[in-house]
Formats: sequence, structure tokens, C-alpha cells
Amino acid sequence: MESKNKEKSAERLAVSKIRCGTVIDHINAGKALLVLRILGIKPGSSERVLIAMNVPSKKMGKKDIVKVEGKYIGEEELNRIALISPNATINLIEDYRVSEKRRVELPSVVEGILTCPNRNCITNSREPIKSRFHIVKKGEEVRAVCHYCGRRICELDRYVV
Amino acid sequence: MRFRHLISIDDLSRDDIEYILELAEKFLPVAEGKKKEKPLEGKLLANLFFEPSTRTRMSFEVAMKRLGGEVINMTAQEASSVAKGETLADTIEVVSKYADAIVLRHPLEGAARFAAEHSDVPIINAGDGAGQHPTQTLLDLYTIKKESSLKNLKIALMGDLKYSRTVHSLIKALTLFGAEIYLISPPSLALPEELFEEIREKVRVEVAELEEVIEEIDVLYVTRIQKERFPDEEEYLKVAGSYKVDAKTLERAKDNLIVMHPLPRVDEIDVSVDRTKHAKYFQQTFYGVPVRMAILYEVLAENGS
Ligand SMILES: [Zn+2]
Repeated sequence: MESKNKEKSAERLAVSKIRCGTVIDHINAGKALLVLRILGIKPGSSERVLIAMNVPSKKMGKKDIVKVEGKYIGEEELNRIALISPNATINLIEDYRVSEKRRVELPSVVEGILTCPNRNCITNSREPIKSRFHIVKKGEEVRAVCHYCGRRICELDRYVV
Repeated sequence: MRFRHLISIDDLSRDDIEYILELAEKFLPVAEGKKKEKPLEGKLLANLFFEPSTRTRMSFEVAMKRLGGEVINMTAQEASSVAKGETLADTIEVVSKYADAIVLRHPLEGAARFAAEHSDVPIINAGDGAGQHPTQTLLDLYTIKKESSLKNLKIALMGDLKYSRTVHSLIKALTLFGAEIYLISPPSLALPEELFEEIREKVRVEVAELEEVIEEIDVLYVTRIQKERFPDEEEYLKVAGSYKVDAKTLERAKDNLIVMHPLPRVDEIDVSVDRTKHAKYFQQTFYGVPVRMAILYEVLAENGS
């Protein structure tokens, strides 16, 4: 119990509470910036974002946390985070309270998020086409298969657009 | 209709494949010119070849014409100038308004699947780069069924097993029929590990030498080993030389062994094999016609299944 409290206070130190918005917790350590990329939050975006990296975590050793103030992010968008952090949890915050809590779920198909490493794939040509990958879970490993050329990729974080 | 487009052999079930092979058998006398049937009269096929493949293009043309249909062709040369001006998506949008079906060959993998998204009419994939070439696989299977048997089949695949899409597609299809598969290749051109693991879960598959299995097998499927796969000429000659077949190699073979090859060959099958009863590679190429007739009929005939 004591260590849990310690962990909690470390968390509090790392990122202050938000009034309303979305908190993405239990992100694999080091992947916070990639999470922002997946959510389409770029430099110049207007959202107020708090990031904590390498926060001590009992379950994960170290984890990252991303808090997006004033914005509720859609379920489909959030589930894409599972591609790089299958254990991430989503907390929707209303008036400083958690109004909803859930895990990200691995989508079965993603469009426009990953690029195909196959240079001869039609998705890497000048055609009007979005990349499309089928997501499969093999044991603990998450893999993606290109809908068009069939190329399989394993380390998905290397291919996020 | 069992399928609207034919993009990849992986999209077909064993049942679909058997159905196509039976239909091809029905059309064989028409393909040979011994019988006249014109179920595709009034239908127009567009051959769009963005890279040259005279053999495949002619085979489709013959198949369509023997069934009473007509063909318009866009040659590789024309296609390359079209490709400079507009996207494949636009070309397909336009041509699919002219023709009743499109045969597409394109250098990029996935081109046929993408084309199908932009087409009002059936797309038949005639090869997309290093990707899929489903009619080749179907004609390979038809040849085996016709000249040997798909039941209790023991087949050896020899040559470039790493890069050959023909081999990969055929192997996957053969697992549907429970074949026993022997893989014969230089170590540097062995079947990709992932594919090996995938088929090993379904059928008996072994890495072998030709001498060990020649007395056992029903089919020897030979593919070309390409020079470009080797760092230098000497290495290539050394390796390629030991994956050649001649009449002498076949002396210990079963009487009814058949030798297949997707053609064109260079010298991996010696001409001395041509005169033996084992040689089926020219027949194999011809069987592309009834198989493509079956596919065209399936996607085009109004009262098709
Ligand atoms: Zn691809």
C-alpha cells in the first residue's frame, strides 16, 4: 500500500491534474511522443498537452503519460494507440474526476497510420491511396499486414506516419 | 458468381479452385479449337499491360477470342506513356467504362487490388510486380491435376525458392490439397522462413536434394535462378550449375514423373528433357488458355454460377 502511495505521489509530481479532457496512462516508456503523432497532435496544434515520461510504475517499471486538456478524443483514434502500447488505459476527465476508464483495444484495420516499408507497394506511389493494414496479434506481439502488397511488419512503431 | 475480381490466389478456397479447374476442363476442347462455343460473344476485354509480358497477354487474348469475345490491348509502350500522364486510378476509371472486364499487369505490388477499388468491371490480376499472379498458380494446379494428380501428391520445387512469387503462390495453394512438398535450392535462395513455418503447420514439407527424392516424386517444378541474385558471375555459375535437370537426371525417376516450369527457361532444363515423356512445360503454358477461359467465363458470363 505504501509503495502504491509513493507511486501515486510520483505521478502527481510528474503531471498536474487536468480539469477536463483525456488522460492516456500506461503508455510504454518512451512512446509518449509517438502517441501524440498517432493522435495527430503536432507542434502548432492548439490543444494543451501535458507529457510525463519514464514515470515509475509498479506494473510496467516505467511508463509514459499523456494528458490532453479540454479535448475528448474519439474511441477509434484512441484505439490506434494500442498499435504501439497495447496496455495503455484511457481516462476521460470531467471536472477533475475520472468519468470513464477503459483499456485501448487493438483495431482490426488501420488506415493512413502506418507506412508500408515495401518500396514497390502501390501505397508508396503517386496514386490517390491511403495505406491500409490488417492488425493481427500473435501471442504478445502485434503485427500488421499491408492490405495491398501483403508485406508483414512487426515493429510497428518504426512505421508510424 | 464465386468472385467478382481475381486478385490473389489467397482469396480463393479449395472449393473455388476445384470449381475453376473443372470449368477449365470443360473448356479444354474449345481451347484446342476442336469445339466451338461462344458464351462471351458481345463481351469486350481490355488488356492493360504496364510492363511487357507477351506470353500472358496472348494467352488471355486467345482465351477471350476462343469464347467468342473481343479484346482491346494497351501495350507496355502505350501504357508507359499513359502512366506518365495520369494515375492508374484514372486509367481504370476510364477503361472500366469501355470494357466488360480488365486484365491488368503492373510493376507495383498491390496494383490490382487498388485497381479493383476504382473499377466498375471485374479486374483480373495478371501479375503485380513481385506480388500475385493467380492465373499462373491456377494453370500450374490444372497441369498437375491433368498430367499427374492433386491427390496424394509428392512434389519437389527446385531453383529460386526465395524470390519466386510463382513458387510461393503454388506452395500455399498446394497446402490446400495436402501435398507433400520437397524444397530444393541453394541455401541463399531457400524458401523464406516465415512461409516455411506457415506451411509446415499444414502439410509435410522438407528441405531436400534432388538425388534423394527423384525416385519418389510425382512432380518436379523447376524455376530459374537469376544471375542478379548473386554478387558475381563465378558464384552464379557454380550454384546455378548444380540446379539443372537433364535427361540423365531423370533416369531414376518414376515413369509418370512430370517436369514443370513457368517458362521462359534459360538452361535450367536441358533440351534433352524436351524429348522425354516427363516434359510437360509447354503443355503447362498451353493450359493457361482453358484456365483463363474458365476465369473469364466466371466473371463475365451473364448466367455464370
Ligand atoms: Zn504494402
